[in-house]
Amino acid sequence: MTELIVARRLEKRFGDIHAVRGIDLHVPAGQVLGFLGPNGAGKSTSMRMLTGFLEPTSGSVEICGIDLANNALIAKREIGYLPEGAPAYPDMTVEEFLRFIARARGFTGAEATRRVNRAVDLVHLDGVRHQSIETLSKGYKRRTGLAQALLHDPKVLVLDEPTDGLDPNQKHEVRELIRKLGGDRAIVLSTHILEEVEAVCTRAVIINRGSIVFDGTPAQMEAKAPVSVTRNRLDWVFRSLTTSDVRGAVKGAAV
Amino acid sequence: MNAFDRTLCIFRREFRAYFATPLAAVFLVIFLFLAGFFTFNVGGLYERNQADLRPFFQFHPWLYLFLVPAVSMRLWAEERRTGTIELLTTLPFTVADLVIGKFLAAWAFTTLALVLTVPIWITVSWLGNPDHGAIVVGYLASALMAGSFLAIGSCLSAFTKNQVIAFVLCAVVCFLVLLAGFPAVLDMLRSWLPEAAGDRVARALGSMSAMTHFDSMMRGVIDLRDLVYFGSVMIACVFLNILVIDWKKAD
Repeated sequence: MTELIVARRLEKRFGDIHAVRGIDLHVPAGQVLGFLGPNGAGKSTSMRMLTGFLEPTSGSVEICGIDLANNALIAKREIGYLPEGAPAYPDMTVEEFLRFIARARGFTGAEATRRVNRAVDLVHLDGVRHQSIETLSKGYKRRTGLAQALLHDPKVLVLDEPTDGLDPNQKHEVRELIRKLGGDRAIVLSTHILEEVEAVCTRAVIINRGSIVFDGTPAQMEAKAPVSVTRNRLDWVFRSLTTSDVRGAVKGAAV
Repeated sequence: MNAFDRTLCIFRREFRAYFATPLAAVFLVIFLFLAGFFTFNVGGLYERNQADLRPFFQFHPWLYLFLVPAVSMRLWAEERRTGTIELLTTLPFTVADLVIGKFLAAWAFTTLALVLTVPIWITVSWLGNPDHGAIVVGYLASALMAGSFLAIGSCLSAFTKNQVIAFVLCAVVCFLVLLAGFPAVLDMLRSWLPEAAGDRVARALGSMSAMTHFDSMMRGVIDLRDLVYFGSVMIACVFLNILVIDWKKAD
């Protein structure tokens, strides 16, 4: 399978803070990768490097085989990105905002209209289409961000906490959508909800203090918990890998 | 998409954004009101009995001093505060597309305000026989002044996510750029420094002031040096702006 995202030894330092310490990530088409980790572990920083918002201190990123540092403009065309908090222009309506994104992606005329309609349908934004973004609820704002990321049907999707702030119904909808999108795309999403990983991801990566401490399928992750743990087994594994307060932390967990 | 299309895409969004909020209406009304007030009540357009627009143009630097920072402060500070800078810089744009598109949209907006003052031109043409060439040069000087202030303000706005700081910084820097050309300031310098050096410093400083070049254009002649001055202020600030966004976009 072709690898759509290749990150090699990504490092990021902010002054004295070593936020990301050498991350290697190869994501083939068809994979939905759940990026897990405590707050401040370096998830958002890593995703920002994958999408070209941040330049890595060292290491490289390739998107669909295109080097992100040297060919940013071409590589960025292949990425759909939902930044943390789903930023959007508050004064624009959903329609105006998506039309701007369509133009930015190089679509004009009937093609732009078709793309905007499709994105609006995909995330069920029809009811608020002509409402300005500042008046939207958190859930609709998040979905507008998703629509923006999906508009150009990208090969690579990077979603920073796509279900944060959504109610259970909306969470379910977004998960269904992500599952549906899978196909021939590479999707990286970060989340704090471990059931979400089981529900939509084909691979789980746990990052702690800037390094990868687990990389495997959700089933493999669950299998790391001892038999004595009967409930919230993923939570147990997550805690044992990212804190030192769980007794008998999993041996050889680091990959 | 080529660089032109990308810049145009940003330009269109930005230009429309002014009209999505009351900002455009407030700015245009206040600019027109103050321009009229200064021209007639302070400049004494009628009392002078001369058909020219000097009383109109001579107050523009002072109007721009606090109106331009009000436009430029939001250019980058707002993108930082709302986080949309992350969205913009991960779309297929270069930083130059973004900076130039935003700057040109802001400049087009202040130029629109200037164009709306054309009735005053019509008024003096009706009352007398003004030198139309001088008025065209006056408009050009005013637009170049606004553009230079905007470029300075846009660049300063890129440093912060706080719009008030962006406003104050821009107003102070533009004030210094104006002040540097004042005879009072230059005379003070001359009196401080030894004669020869003082004269040279004063002349150098004077030539770096926007006021010197604005006054020179007010005489109604286009001097290449004035155009080069305003052009280089804008290009230098836009270039610096691009560097600042490149370095500090995630801070």
